[in-house]
Amino acid sequence: MTASDSALVTHGEDAVTTGHGMSHADRGIDTALLGMMLFIGSEVMFFGGLFAAYFNIRATAPIWPPEGIDFIQFFPVPIIATAILLSSSVSMQWALSRIAAGDRTGLIRGLAVTLVLGLTFLGLQAFDYYGLLTDHHFGIDSAIYGTLFYTMTGFHGAHVFGGVVGISVILLRAKQGQFSAKHHVAVEAVSAYWHFVDVVWIALFTTIYLLK
Amino acid sequence: MATTAIPQARPYASRRSWVLEWLTTTDHKKIGALYITTAFGMFLVGGIMALAMRTELAQPGLQFLTPDLYDQLFSMHAVTMIFLFVMPMMTGVGNFIVPLQIGAADMAFPRINALGFWLVPAGAVLILGAFAFGGAPVGWTMYAPLTETTPAHGIDLLLMGLVLLGSSSILGAINFLATIFKLRAPGMTLMRMPMLVWTTLVTSVLLLFAMPVLTSGLVMLFIDRNYGGGFFDPSLGGNPILWQHVFWFFGHPEVYVLILPAFGIVSEIVPVFSRKPLFGYKAFVLATASIGALGFTVWAHHMFTTGAVYLPFFSFFTFLIAVPTGVKFFNWLATMWGGQLKFDTPLLYAVGFIALFLIGGLDGAFLAVVPFDFMVQDTYFVVSHIHYVLVAGSVFAIFAGLFYWFPKMTGAKLNERLGKIQFWLLFIGTNVAFFPMHLLGLDGMVRRVVDYAPNNGWADLNLLSTIGAFLIAASVLPFIWNVFTTLRGPRDAGDDPWDANTLEWATTSPPPVFNFDELPAIRSERPVFDLKHPGASVAHAAAGAGAAGKDTH
Repeated sequence: MTASDSALVTHGEDAVTTGHGMSHADRGIDTALLGMMLFIGSEVMFFGGLFAAYFNIRATAPIWPPEGIDFIQFFPVPIIATAILLSSSVSMQWALSRIAAGDRTGLIRGLAVTLVLGLTFLGLQAFDYYGLLTDHHFGIDSAIYGTLFYTMTGFHGAHVFGGVVGISVILLRAKQGQFSAKHHVAVEAVSAYWHFVDVVWIALFTTIYLLK
Repeated sequence: MATTAIPQARPYASRRSWVLEWLTTTDHKKIGALYITTAFGMFLVGGIMALAMRTELAQPGLQFLTPDLYDQLFSMHAVTMIFLFVMPMMTGVGNFIVPLQIGAADMAFPRINALGFWLVPAGAVLILGAFAFGGAPVGWTMYAPLTETTPAHGIDLLLMGLVLLGSSSILGAINFLATIFKLRAPGMTLMRMPMLVWTTLVTSVLLLFAMPVLTSGLVMLFIDRNYGGGFFDPSLGGNPILWQHVFWFFGHPEVYVLILPAFGIVSEIVPVFSRKPLFGYKAFVLATASIGALGFTVWAHHMFTTGAVYLPFFSFFTFLIAVPTGVKFFNWLATMWGGQLKFDTPLLYAVGFIALFLIGGLDGAFLAVVPFDFMVQDTYFVVSHIHYVLVAGSVFAIFAGLFYWFPKMTGAKLNERLGKIQFWLLFIGTNVAFFPMHLLGLDGMVRRVVDYAPNNGWADLNLLSTIGAFLIAASVLPFIWNVFTTLRGPRDAGDDPWDANTLEWATTSPPPVFNFDELPAIRSERPVFDLKHPGASVAHAAAGAGAAGKDTH
């Protein structure tokens, strides 16, 4: 093997190959996507800590949910927000399948739809918070239920915001034509993250509004 | 073999660009060096805190520190040594050595690697800055409700600093895992990886899954303290024991994060200085993985006396960890058995580690006995245990590793005579400082208290312990002098000064940017040994000592 057929490595890139020409990097999952999967694994544990706190406190509380918080209902705002976030996962997956087929316009459309849906979810969450704070004077300091509610949904919202930023970045890159059927690992990574955020919301919705 | 299409390190044009180069580097070796030097600086800071405390405790009565300052110091000593010294030091050694050992050009994500490092000084500024805001006199365990009712804003700085350091560790863990899984050279199968790589792999898994749980706990504590939250406040419906669960779910895997890389370092050194392959490679890998997995099942053995945990379960699994740990001891002893031992400083430290870590490990088995644990809870027995595993364990292994890899990192070998003086000072100092704590703890002296009664007969043992602490401090001086003089001397150690086995010794000392101009063929877990002894590798493979032969990816 000579220098010419080995992979060129430069410092300051997102990911380097070994420079051996043939390496473990050339097989199996893409290195950057593996990094995202591992990051999602750590995020699962972060939310795991919050959920553990919720169920620990729920298990030791005499009454659950505590009295006087019957205004926490899934209808109307949370269920609409849920439908919107679930749809955004579909549009994200559609965008990914478009670029996998080489359709750059489809990718841009899919990402744009996903971005709007994500922003709508955040708007609805803010609207929901506003109603709870003003109409019910229910805040993060309203005993343990308020603390749990705002911490868990708030951190989820922060992760949705992180996803929105990620989608914005790949949308801009898509508009510059940086992705192709073969090279779109960033889209795959953001898509994986977005689905993860969606799954967390399903668990949260189930825990807070359905199991109670 | 393959070469990278990149020129060698370019000369620095001016002093400013030299500074800029270090501030912006994404080279894993430079980042490793940054980690190591930062961590060593923090070792000195944490050590000075320990000396202040031991000075106060040398005699009964208050002579040197106020109780509040003492509380701040013991809290910050632990946080500094764990989060700002041992963890960054192990990350630094791994950063420098792991890509070399697997024949990679760099870490998988060089820029994230740089980010991971620069979060450490940022976290250090926040954490040590706590001293300016009333300190964080709540212990490194930060138990509720004490942490919630102590007003000092230093605690908030500590919480934020730990979140930054946690993020650094998570990014580092992702980077190590991606590097180890994706950037191994051709022929470097999983079962041919050097033991430091294996322990780094398992450590990274522990960090990846334990660290975020601490982050969630720190966030909850921060919300309770600053936004009126009630996670750990019973008056608001919260549960203070919940903090202990969250903290120790992180905290116990964390102790393996501190010691597994040490196991890896010792397992690199013992075979080289015994002139034998590591005995029981596969058993060692399995034991490492077992310790990692079991580490997640024993967190509540730190909470026996709360009465809120199922004692037999956590006691049983704690005892179970002694089995894979014992396997490792037999691996090391059997590797040395019949070997041509060469007592250079790295092996001295490795043998010191094996001897003294055994004491710390046996203390741990004592503490798994529930009635015994109830008796010595929060006494100096626990302090003794933690220091036998962290000083005699992690610190000894760190010095073993620094002496072993210093020629690879800098091109110059550290002075052996100074190294031996340092070893004996540290070895004696460690035992003089920490062994008396066993006896004090059994006699009922509680930890985290600034003073003790003069009529308990504890004065002599405490004075002895203080003398030991100053011996430990004295042992650091020859090391600093050694590094200083060695770096001023010629860089003539050569590529392979220890006649070693693993890939990092196949490149120059220090290695060029992107590490290898040429890689030897990798047919066993000792590719450089195979290169030097072409005939021996066949016999070695046939003996089955390694995993040579079958490609297992």
